Amino acid sequence: MNFIDYTLPLIVALPLFGAFLTPIISKISEKIRNIFAIIILLITTFLVFFLAQDVFTNGPRIYIFGDSNLNIPVVRILFEADGISMFMAIISVSLALLGVVYSWSFMKENDGLDKFYTLVLLLVASMLGMELTGDLFNFFVFLEISCITSCALIAFYINRGESLEAAFKYIVISAIGALFVLFAVGLFYAQYNALNMATVASVLQFGFLDKIAFVLLIAALGMKAGLAPMHMWLPDSYGEAPVSVTFILVAATQASLYGVLRICFTIYGNVFAKITSVFTSSIVYWFIIALALASILIGVIMALIQTDFRRLIAYAAVAEIGYIFLGIGVGLTSLGVGYGKTALEGGVFHIMNDAFDIGLLFLIAGAVYYATKETSLNKMGGLARNMKYTAVFFIVGLLAVSGLPPFNGFVSKLLIYQSTYQLNPIIAIIAILASILLLAVFVKVFYSVFMGPELPNLKDVKEVPKSMLVVMGAIVVVIIIFGLFPNLVINNIVQPATNALINSSSYVSKVISGVI
Amino acid sequence: MEFLNQLIETLKTGSGFWNPLVWVLIMIIAVLFVYVIRSFGKKQYKEKTEQTKSFLSGNPEYEKEQMRIKGSNVYWGFTEAMKWVYDSLKRMHNGNASDYVLWFVIIMSVFSVLLILVGAVV
Repeated sequence: MNFIDYTLPLIVALPLFGAFLTPIISKISEKIRNIFAIIILLITTFLVFFLAQDVFTNGPRIYIFGDSNLNIPVVRILFEADGISMFMAIISVSLALLGVVYSWSFMKENDGLDKFYTLVLLLVASMLGMELTGDLFNFFVFLEISCITSCALIAFYINRGESLEAAFKYIVISAIGALFVLFAVGLFYAQYNALNMATVASVLQFGFLDKIAFVLLIAALGMKAGLAPMHMWLPDSYGEAPVSVTFILVAATQASLYGVLRICFTIYGNVFAKITSVFTSSIVYWFIIALALASILIGVIMALIQTDFRRLIAYAAVAEIGYIFLGIGVGLTSLGVGYGKTALEGGVFHIMNDAFDIGLLFLIAGAVYYATKETSLNKMGGLARNMKYTAVFFIVGLLAVSGLPPFNGFVSKLLIYQSTYQLNPIIAIIAILASILLLAVFVKVFYSVFMGPELPNLKDVKEVPKSMLVVMGAIVVVIIIFGLFPNLVINNIVQPATNALINSSSYVSKVISGVI
Repeated sequence: MEFLNQLIETLKTGSGFWNPLVWVLIMIIAVLFVYVIRSFGKKQYKEKTEQTKSFLSGNPEYEKEQMRIKGSNVYWGFTEAMKWVYDSLKRMHNGNASDYVLWFVIIMSVFSVLLILVGAVV
């Protein structure tokens, strides 16, 4: 076996290993611990890009823990890497690495950072596990690890009642969602005696129990992804966690979104393609589109009246999740043919754009909090005088998230709008109007925080440390490059991901032949 | 060469196209055009003189700190007009974890009824 064969398990094992070592290294020196966490994530990022390059060129890779011979009754877990899982893994490691670098300065005044870095590395391992596993039960296990670590990180400011309340709500919602995922996995196992995604996909009948399992999985993972009207936990959690954690939580939320993609396309994709009842398949597509529209509208309308900087961005994140689901829903209507393929490309590309755009805005909210110790928009103003770089970064972030050219958000939204228009013009027009409202929301934030007269209590505010500026600057560069050269990203990263979703049969046959 | 092609390639969206580099070029030309128009402006304009003072219908101008509009007051007219929407949305976002779970149950139930019962009949 070559080194690349071991890359797949190493991507999950390395942050997991790092998480267990972090408390020990913390005893030596805090600086070494911070460097250690960054190095672990740097190596993991290198491995992800190394494997992604191979997968995008040569197709899916699998790794089997345990015996590959199905005739031998042993417990085995299968990891797989195809276009979509590598696409998601790239987002997860990028956000995790940038988040940890940002944390160095942002979190330095806090106690308990050994636990913080341990939990962050565990969260990264769980996200990557969800995205790289080919086993449904294993997916549930990583989902649970993600829920528990996220909950502990949301409650990091343990002296604040609001943080504890947000963490409590998060764990209630997550535990209930994860239980329904487990129930759905149990339904598959009871019927087909299989837990492997590819095996289940190859024998799925779409009978009564399969329909129940589909409903449970979509509802539970949709809730974890922040789909309205099951999104209420998201502003609470995003608004109360340390900002660098919120930044990584964006990737954790998207790992659940990845679960929805896997369920809809890989496991149920073949069944949807064969369903003779147009009405039954239409119910699935239109239900997803309806929830997407609800997310867009509720997210934008609620964002407009928020006065807390981070809660406002969290509602905008709900709207962005809506745009992603709109692309997926429209993509499902024609399962990767014609405008359906364009919609899916737009939806998948928007996952990456959402991660960077919304992530950047959260980091800016963190920078403003770091400098002023304020989160209320009513108590801020005129900060552009003292925080010039942060103000410029915010302008880029607001234009990108509102879908204005020439930034990355425009490209993915354009793909979604044009394909949605072909399905139903009214939905496309509503989506465009909501995007304009989103621009209005962030113009309000820019005015409230950075413009206007200098407030007497904020006269001595200084720009944030260089490490935080470097992270925000790096994301701004990515946003501009993705916006100016969209084909570079679409051809090399987005299309392999969408092709992996559309050609689910090749994934199924590759995995099954690999196992047997 | 292929890499360079990808950099300048026009994105085809199925029913349209998008080339950000062309857009940037047009914006640069537009900015130059605006700059030229600006150069025709009146030369006697002077900053920080009576010329630049705000005219507020004859009312005195307050200090800038006093004229600041707070974040929560921006778009007041819009939010007031949409009060009926906001009242129902605020009731929905009541911060109660039990209600959060209730929405999950409602969505799951509606989806189940649609997919399993209606889908089986039609």
